[in-house]
Amino acid sequence: MYTASDLRKGLRLKIDNDPYVIIEFNFVKPGKGQALYRTKLKNMINGNQFERTFRSVDNFEPADLREKKMQYLYKEGDKYCFMDNENYEQVFLTEEQVGDAQNFLIDNLDVEILLFEDRPIGLTLPNFVELVVTEADPWAKGDTVSGATKPVKVQTGYTIQVPTFVSEGEKIRVDTRTSEYLTRVKG
Amino acid sequence: MTASHFDDTHNLARKKDYLDLRAGLIQNIRLYFINHDFLEVETPLRIPAPAPEEHIEAITSAEWFLQTSPELCMKRLLAAGYPRIFQICKCFRDAERGNLHLPEFTMLEWYVSGFNYLRLMEQCENMLIEVFNKMGCAENIIWQNRNINLAPPWEKISVAEAFSRYTKISCDQAIADDKFEEIMADCVEPHLGTVRPTFIYDYPSAHSTLAKLKNDTPDIAERFELYIGSLELANGFSELVDAEEQRKRFLDTLQSRARKNWKNYPMPEKFLSSLEKIPAAAGIALGIDRLVMLLADTKCIDDVVAFTPEML
Repeated sequence: MYTASDLRKGLRLKIDNDPYVIIEFNFVKPGKGQALYRTKLKNMINGNQFERTFRSVDNFEPADLREKKMQYLYKEGDKYCFMDNENYEQVFLTEEQVGDAQNFLIDNLDVEILLFEDRPIGLTLPNFVELVVTEADPWAKGDTVSGATKPVKVQTGYTIQVPTFVSEGEKIRVDTRTSEYLTRVKG
Repeated sequence: MTASHFDDTHNLARKKDYLDLRAGLIQNIRLYFINHDFLEVETPLRIPAPAPEEHIEAITSAEWFLQTSPELCMKRLLAAGYPRIFQICKCFRDAERGNLHLPEFTMLEWYVSGFNYLRLMEQCENMLIEVFNKMGCAENIIWQNRNINLAPPWEKISVAEAFSRYTKISCDQAIADDKFEEIMADCVEPHLGTVRPTFIYDYPSAHSTLAKLKNDTPDIAERFELYIGSLELANGFSELVDAEEQRKRFLDTLQSRARKNWKNYPMPEKFLSSLEKIPAAAGIALGIDRLVMLLADTKCIDDVVAFTPEML
C-alpha cells in the first residue's frame, strides 16, 4: 500500500479497478491545517484524465503493472498480435492501445508489452528501430544546402523527414522516442 | 567530467543571483532585530519532544526528534526573563515537499514579552517594510506579474470576513464539513496579499494548539497569518500562558494523533512547567525561503536554496 506521502508525478496506482498514472502533482498545506495532495490522474487503459485531491489519511493500492518482452507478429483487422518469446502464447492490442507506436512497428520487432494484472494494455518500443525507405523523391543535384531535408515514406507507411541524400530502398535508423531520423544503415 | 557533475555545477551556478539575494535578506533581518534591542538566541535542533501539533510530522533522530519549530525552547527562555528574542534556524517537517515546501527549511522566529497578536502584526509590518526598503523595494514588489503595494497600513481581515468575502460558505460551515483547508487553499488564499500585503487573523481554534483563545469567543484563537502575493509567509499569535489549559490542549492533540495511528510524541513536560513563569507575550514564525521567493519573483522554493533533498 502507498500512503499520501508516497504520491508523486509518475506514480502508478490502482483506482476503481483501473491502473492510473499521476501526470501532475502538487502538495498544498494552508496554515497549520491538514495537507492536501492535488493530483491529475490518467487512466492507463482508456487515457481518460481527471483531477482529485487526497489527504494524509488516504491509502492507495499500487497498480500491478509489469513489462514482458514479446515479438510483434501481424495485424488482423484492428488488432495487433504479439507473441510471448518464452511460452509462445499470443496476446492482442487494439489500435488505440498501440497508438503512435504503429508508425515503427515492423514484423518480428521485439517490444515490451505492458501488462496490468496480466492483461496487455500497451507497449514500449525499443529506442531505435531500422526501417526501409519505400518511397523517396530522387536527390536533386545541386541541392546542397546543409541540413536540408525531404519527406520519405518508410515500410510501415509512416512519413518521416530525412536528409536529401537518402534514397529509396535504403535502410535508416530512427529514434522512436522523438520520431526522428538518426542515420543511414549500411547493408 | 561526468554529465551529472556538469549539470550539478551548472544548476548551482545558475542560482547565484537568488543566493546573493537570500544572504542580503538574512543580513538585513538580523540587523533589524539587533537594532531593535532583540537578543539573538540559538536553541537545539534536536529535541526530546516536539510541540504536539496535529498536522505537523516531526522527523525522528535517534530516540529524539528534529525540531519542527524552535517554539518550545524559545518560550522557556521567555519564561526565564528574556523579553525580546529572535532566532534564524533550520526546521524539519517530514513529508512536506512541493513548490512551497521543503522538509528542511529556514525559519525566522521572534517573541516579544508584553505584546499581544495585534501589536505583533504591527511590528511584523514595520520590520518587513524596513527590510524590503533596504533590499531596494521601497514602494512595491512585483511577484508573478502582480504589483503589490507596500504602503502602510497593510490589509487586515479576519478569517470569517475573508470567507464571507471570497467564498459561498461560512468559515464555521467549512469547518463543520471538514473543508476548511480546501476552501482556504482554493477560494481564499488566491486573493490574499495580491494588491497589498494581508494579515488574516482570528483563526478557528482547532489547529492553534499553542495560541491563546479569545476571551469572549473561545472557538477563535488570537492567531494571524501574513500573506503577500498569495504566499503564506508568517504565522503568529498571542501565546497561551495557562499551563493547565496548555496540557489539556496538548493531550487532545496527542489523542487525536493516536486515533489516526500517527507518530507518537512525548508530552513536553519541561516546557509545560516553564509556563508557570511565562509573561504575557506574542510570538511569530516567518518562512525565510518564501520571503526570498517573493523578492526573487520565483514560484518554486527550489530556486532559492542551494540544495534541495533531491540534489543530495
